[in-house]
Amino acid sequence: MKSFNYHAPKDVKDATKLASSSSAFLAGGMTTIPSMKLGLASYKDVIDIKNIKKLSGIKVSGKTVTIGATTKHAEVAASKDVKKAIPALAKLAGNIGDAQVRNRGTIGGSISNNDPSACYPSACMALNAVIHTSKRKIDADKFFTGMFETALKSGELVEAVEFEIPEKADYQKHPNPASRYAIIGVFLAKHKKDVNVAVTGAKSCVYIDKDLSKKLSSNFSVSAIEGMEVKSSGMNSDMHASAEYRANLVSLYTKKAVEAC
Amino acid sequence: MASLVGSRVERKEDTRFLQGKGRYTADINIANQTYAVFVRSPHARAKIKSVDTSKALKSSGVVGVLTGKEIAEDKIGGLIAGWAIRSEDGSEMKVPANPPLAKDIANFVGEPVAVVFAETLDEAKEGAEKVKVDYKVLKAVVDPAEAMKSDAIHDGVDKNLCYDWLLGDRKAVDEAFAKADKIIKVDLINNRLVPNAMEPRACVVDYNTASEEITLYTTSQNPHLSRLVMSAFGGVAPENKLRVVAPDVGGGFGSKINVYNEEIVCSWASKKIERPIKWVAERTESFLTDTHGRDHVTHAELAVTNDGKFLGFKNETIANLGAYARVFGTVTPTYLFGPCATGVYVIPAAYSNVKAVYTNTAPVDAYRGAGRPEATYTIERLVEKAALELGMDKTEIRMKNFPTQFPFKQTLVHTVDSGDYVAGLEKAKQMADYSGFEARRKQSEANGKLRGIGVSSYFEACGIAPSAAVMSLGCGVGLWESAEVRFNPTGQISVFTGAHSHGQSHDTTFAQIAADELGVPMENIDVVHGDTDKGTFGMGTYGSRSLTVGGIAIVNACKKIVAKGKRVAAKMLEVNEDEIEFKDGEFVALKSNKKKTIGEVAFACYLPGQRDEMKSPIPEGDEPGLIESSFFDPANFSFPAGSHICEVEIDPDTGNVKVEKYTAVDDFGRIVNPMIVEGQVHGGIAQGIGQALHENTQYDETGQLMTASYMDYTMPRADNFPEFNLGFTCTHATSNPLGVKGCGEAGAIASPPTVMNAVIDALGGQEISMPATAEKVWKACKTMKKSNAKAA
Ligand SMILES: Cc1cc2nc3c(=O)[nH]c(=O)nc-3n(C[C@H](O)[C@H](O)[C@H](O)COP(=O)(O)OP(=O)(O)OC[C@H]3O[C@@H](n4cnc5c(N)ncnc54)[C@H](O)[C@@H]3O)c2cc1C
Repeated sequence: MKSFNYHAPKDVKDATKLASSSSAFLAGGMTTIPSMKLGLASYKDVIDIKNIKKLSGIKVSGKTVTIGATTKHAEVAASKDVKKAIPALAKLAGNIGDAQVRNRGTIGGSISNNDPSACYPSACMALNAVIHTSKRKIDADKFFTGMFETALKSGELVEAVEFEIPEKADYQKHPNPASRYAIIGVFLAKHKKDVNVAVTGAKSCVYIDKDLSKKLSSNFSVSAIEGMEVKSSGMNSDMHASAEYRANLVSLYTKKAVEAC
Repeated sequence: MASLVGSRVERKEDTRFLQGKGRYTADINIANQTYAVFVRSPHARAKIKSVDTSKALKSSGVVGVLTGKEIAEDKIGGLIAGWAIRSEDGSEMKVPANPPLAKDIANFVGEPVAVVFAETLDEAKEGAEKVKVDYKVLKAVVDPAEAMKSDAIHDGVDKNLCYDWLLGDRKAVDEAFAKADKIIKVDLINNRLVPNAMEPRACVVDYNTASEEITLYTTSQNPHLSRLVMSAFGGVAPENKLRVVAPDVGGGFGSKINVYNEEIVCSWASKKIERPIKWVAERTESFLTDTHGRDHVTHAELAVTNDGKFLGFKNETIANLGAYARVFGTVTPTYLFGPCATGVYVIPAAYSNVKAVYTNTAPVDAYRGAGRPEATYTIERLVEKAALELGMDKTEIRMKNFPTQFPFKQTLVHTVDSGDYVAGLEKAKQMADYSGFEARRKQSEANGKLRGIGVSSYFEACGIAPSAAVMSLGCGVGLWESAEVRFNPTGQISVFTGAHSHGQSHDTTFAQIAADELGVPMENIDVVHGDTDKGTFGMGTYGSRSLTVGGIAIVNACKKIVAKGKRVAAKMLEVNEDEIEFKDGEFVALKSNKKKTIGEVAFACYLPGQRDEMKSPIPEGDEPGLIESSFFDPANFSFPAGSHICEVEIDPDTGNVKVEKYTAVDDFGRIVNPMIVEGQVHGGIAQGIGQALHENTQYDETGQLMTASYMDYTMPRADNFPEFNLGFTCTHATSNPLGVKGCGEAGAIASPPTVMNAVIDALGGQEISMPATAEKVWKACKTMKKSNAKAA
């Protein structure tokens, strides 16, 4: 690992002031540290944000659940409030990676990294999340812009993620047997007016499957999507899974999610 | 005194391991040490046009940079193949030179080309980045099945063929096949595995400029053998100026048998730069450069009669050696494979033909089971398929072809001294509730799942091995083992063994057997291993040999201690030697019932006299002291055997395979510590399930290892396994006085076919290759649905 300057600011202002084009924020470090160790990334300044108190914690209001950026997966999984308001979100967090990853990794790191097979981005999309940053508020569907790409500008810090509480929701995941990331993850949320089926792992970036969402919005039942073909075109094909297999899993897990709701 | 052999004594070594007090190679630091980082080829096959070290030498903290040119100039030898194998036509195998640092050509991704030494690890890394190697990339040979049709990788190795080996009688096989009612055929791939020892390889070298002695701390399964090879073939230092220490080692599975490039280079370089050197592999280096396992492409046939009798067997196998032939690389697919090809059955005619080829991939060598898992997979897939095609029960067809008389002379090589294969399979059936399977299958079916059951009966030849036998087959050394038992004056005992524990719990098992032999508490005994300066010599630990060979050397040395003790006690008690009985640590004069404890005798051996009287307890012809050693060379291999039964449930929608039940019944002869043996079986089964369902080493067509980290290479985890249901039967080995058989590899040998037979059973006989990953199984389920629909 190349040497770097380590900073541990106590508030957001100091953190963003330190940021530059050759710096990185450090949250759980589950992605950042291995990539620095392997020489895939190197930074002049590493800005550890874990000491910024305001970034951590879970708040539930009438309609939304807001999770601070440095809140760990294990905390979300264990949170009574989350379990009550959006049990599917706690379930998602509880199945990320392994115990070590869940005890270090954070929601802010996960969505900022926007790994195409990460779990949280699908929850953000399906639950119409709003991403609060040090500069602005960004809707989830504008936030995730491509493979490992987000709408974040240089030095912009995610402060919290605000999820809309749905009527019902479920998360279904087919884990990669090696890393336990999602080969496919389907987050299904039934809101008052419509249904969102968000899919991760299938393509270069998380997306809403419009066809499935539309069908389920008009008729929320397995029979509504029975026999509906999910197209494999545009889906990832790699040594872990072919596009055809992924397409099968999207359709299968959507049905399972409907059944679970 | 109750016997310790046979009891579940807790592992002595666990205290230090579980408290983080283990002392591994990477824990060792020498004052003034430098850090080594290797520059490795990023290409699978490339000419090295030039290596420019000038920038690296100027880099901050760099102490030295060495390349293939310097090591060749110093005439340091390369890595070796330990076994010479002859082809069917009588020609010798073709083995290319394997220099410790590649000079003219690099033959696999990760092969070391240069090395940088620096004051800190970061500076060494930085320096390594500044070594400029100019490569001319050549087309890589990756697929073993295509290797014989591709460009020759090594000069003088036509068709990339190391040898084309035959064991058995082609003519007899042809005749047997001509008489058969049916020929069962399989085409199999035995998937390549990365060993993944928990502790990556490492070495620390300390060169003493005054005594000119090199001390090499290293992650080895066999420190004496490493010293021999490095001295005799590497020319690094004379044996008496080279001390090899393998301290605590975190797993080997065969991958730490070899002497590797890094150990030779660092030992040589430490003398050159006159500084200690430390090197610790990163996980990626382990993936790329530890010797891999398996990697066979096999076509095999079994000739059978309609009532299920086996008449003949043959296999044609291509074994991938990777880029170079290493210590057990050439024997693993031949004499460790072929002799087990006919499995536990009476098959009157057989042959095993193996073509070993070079490819531009990491060298392949012994990996837990080494050759025997590949053999067992082949025959057990055939037998299961024969049962299916003949409409017979899978256990019945096996029973029908088991030998019932022991010793059992097999058609190919081995004479198996003892066993009871029927008892093993009967017990496994009962423990697995074999007869209740159909009901469980129906239950699964009702839940939309496919359930399958698989059986595998195995034997293996381990406890390697009779020296004369293995040397006649081409082994470069004899495979005896040595022990020294040092009874100290104050009563504690040091047991030195040439075997090496890297997970096998020798501290405990060996202390148990020595305690029983000497009649002393186990706590008084320390087992010392892993240091060529301590103890006589040794061939190390692999091939389930530690107890069956090394343990017996300990027993024999203890017996010599007792024999001498008897003579001394007789003199002390003033009776004839034949009037002394040794029992529970005491020498008792039978008539007078006067006695001396073994501790008293030992004390007398070291302090042989008394005040005011000219009197010695040492009989004429004996010498003072109480130290005995033994070199044990077994008369035969040991032949553990057993039957395993597995049940899987498949979700046809996802292709996920769940191992629902796993029953293993093994015959390891007499068992010294059941708890430790169960641990060995658990580990072996876990590795076998890993091979069958999860582990999927993949190179792309340019020879890049695609699965070079845990993000892509699936190591099985605890949640991939059910609770293992273990049972034992016992027939004593006749080739050693304890009656013990090897147990370290059996689990990994028996389990891959057991699991695959279950998966294929669930798929209605549709064959798929290992690992049976979810997607492969899902595709097979779709095909099955289609053909069922057609049939309906
Ligand atoms: C073995 C393994 C298995 C995993 N399995 C899963 C899985 O199943 N599902 C899943 O979803 N994820 C999985 N992950 C990813 C894990 O969930 C981590 O959350 C993720 O790696 C990043 O979170 P982190 O807190 O560790 O971020 P870091 O590694 O610290 O940072 C990641 C990136 O985000 C940036 N960043 C961090 N916080 C902020 C912020 N507040 N504002 C702006 N930028 C920020 C960093 O600068 C960096 O670029 C796995 C990871 C591993 C190592």
